[in-house]
Amino acid sequence: MKSGCIIVKENANVNLEVRSSKSPFNIKKILGVILLAFFGIYAVIQLYPLFWLLLFSFKDNQEIFGGNVLGLPGVWRVSNYVTVFTSGNVGIYFMNSVIVTAVTIAVSSVLLSTCAYAIVRMHWKLNNVFLTYILLGMMVPLHATLLPMFIILRNMNLLDSYWSLIIPYIAFALPIGIFIMTGFVKGIPKEIEEAACIDGCSIYKIFYHIVLPLLRPALSTVAIFTFLSSWNELMFANTFISSDRLKTLTVGIMSLAGQHATDWGAIGAGLMISTVPTLIIYILLSDQVQKSLIVGAVKG
Amino acid sequence: MEKLLRDKKALLLFVFPTFLIFTTIIILPIFFSLYYSTLKWDGFSQGVFVGINNYKNLFMANTDGFPRSVLNSFILAVVSVCIQLPLALFLALVLSRGIKGERFFRTVYFIPVIISTVVIGQLCMKIFDPDYGIVNVILKAIGLGSLQRMWLADPKTALGAVFAAMLWQYVGYHMLLMYASAKSISTDIFEAATIDGASEARIAFSITIPLMKPILRVCVIFAVVGSFKAFDLIFVMTGGGPLHSTDVPTTLMYNTIFNRSQYGYGSAMAIFIIVECLVCTVLIQKAFGKDIEY
Repeated sequence: MKSGCIIVKENANVNLEVRSSKSPFNIKKILGVILLAFFGIYAVIQLYPLFWLLLFSFKDNQEIFGGNVLGLPGVWRVSNYVTVFTSGNVGIYFMNSVIVTAVTIAVSSVLLSTCAYAIVRMHWKLNNVFLTYILLGMMVPLHATLLPMFIILRNMNLLDSYWSLIIPYIAFALPIGIFIMTGFVKGIPKEIEEAACIDGCSIYKIFYHIVLPLLRPALSTVAIFTFLSSWNELMFANTFISSDRLKTLTVGIMSLAGQHATDWGAIGAGLMISTVPTLIIYILLSDQVQKSLIVGAVKG
Repeated sequence: MEKLLRDKKALLLFVFPTFLIFTTIIILPIFFSLYYSTLKWDGFSQGVFVGINNYKNLFMANTDGFPRSVLNSFILAVVSVCIQLPLALFLALVLSRGIKGERFFRTVYFIPVIISTVVIGQLCMKIFDPDYGIVNVILKAIGLGSLQRMWLADPKTALGAVFAAMLWQYVGYHMLLMYASAKSISTDIFEAATIDGASEARIAFSITIPLMKPILRVCVIFAVVGSFKAFDLIFVMTGGGPLHSTDVPTTLMYNTIFNRSQYGYGSAMAIFIIVECLVCTVLIQKAFGKDIEY
């Protein structure tokens, strides 16, 4: 029966080939070329604006206002980048973004992996209720929490500090992270933990030495997700931080663009600087990044 | 093992910090918002209880253009479901059936998604710049100089320009979700259909798309709820102006609270956004009905 199927399939393929080789200008080929052209054009639409940004980040106003808007820069002015880094505070903004994002990823990874483990493995009555409660958080738009959080942070005297960003970023990383993580913990065989238990390990040792290393792939998925959302976050950063030395890149770039409203090169250089880290991560880990965003979305 | 897994102290240590942060930062604020929305309050002096007056002011005897902002977010939702999603679906279907450079295109289309909206917003302000922006320069170059305008400063075109940027940025995201779903369909089905002589279009409409229903539902929910929550790009590019023409509920809420210090009224907007998102999620879930399985 099985071999019969294969024979039929091969016959079908042969038939197709015979049919298509009859006319040299077959429709399929032409359609294929048109499709490829369409995809090429669309790739240009997606990429060209960024390429244009790269170009004008190396130009000065004279060149742009002189009519060279679209072309390559006559002289590649690295000085734009130097100016932005030295006279502007871009270096500081950059460090702030790194600090806030790194602490957010570190703390949220610990919280969500321990919590996911407790939900899946540990025996307590409310684990499913608790999971549903946490997952509800995915439905809450962060704008709706803006004002109350502003007031809470003000009352705790945390406004205008790193914590005013780190704490909300951690909180909003938790639901999606726990969702991904619980799915992953379920897939780990229990036997290893049981063996460790017989050898006399405490629950903390089991978690730290056995479970945590196994969770690494899932942790990296979650970390990429958290990185993108906290590195790019604007609204909280714009509302909770007022002093210039604490601004993260997103807000810093906004104020930079305000100061240099007419200096295209400087703005372009600033935008490039804040984009390059994400681009590098994406180029190095593109499959991983794509996977992380797919997993983050598919909860149904 | 049983005993270890029932360890109350460990459980508390593992779960409580998450519970505490999650509850204070995400759940409690909703109730606070609900409470604030019944007050007339400037944030510093004592608030005065006004019942549902704030909600009445949103739609009846409204002076700040809230209905207009809701309409804008609905237009955005419709446009993204009718233009963005079909485009993404087309790209995903073709890519998933194999085309030269499948990986390259997938990777390139996804790039705008990972870039910060502030960068995209600032970049788009340059693209729509009246004197030196790509749009006007190209229009002039191809002899359509009469179509040049101040895209972001003209109330007639500002909304379109901002929406174009938003649609452009997220096509790749929807494409990727759909692509992953189409790729997960067993190739046996496609082979069987090809043997039966089905055309590519027929395969797409009769097999792939019906099987992609779960992910299509996710995409529609994301597109609609995402439109209701849209904030960053509009905030960066126009801040809701000119003349409220690009205001959406979130930008109006932001300005109401932080620029006009109407904390109570702004909270009513926040509650409206939450309810709007929840209701639409449920409605879309219902509309899609049950998943199909073969």
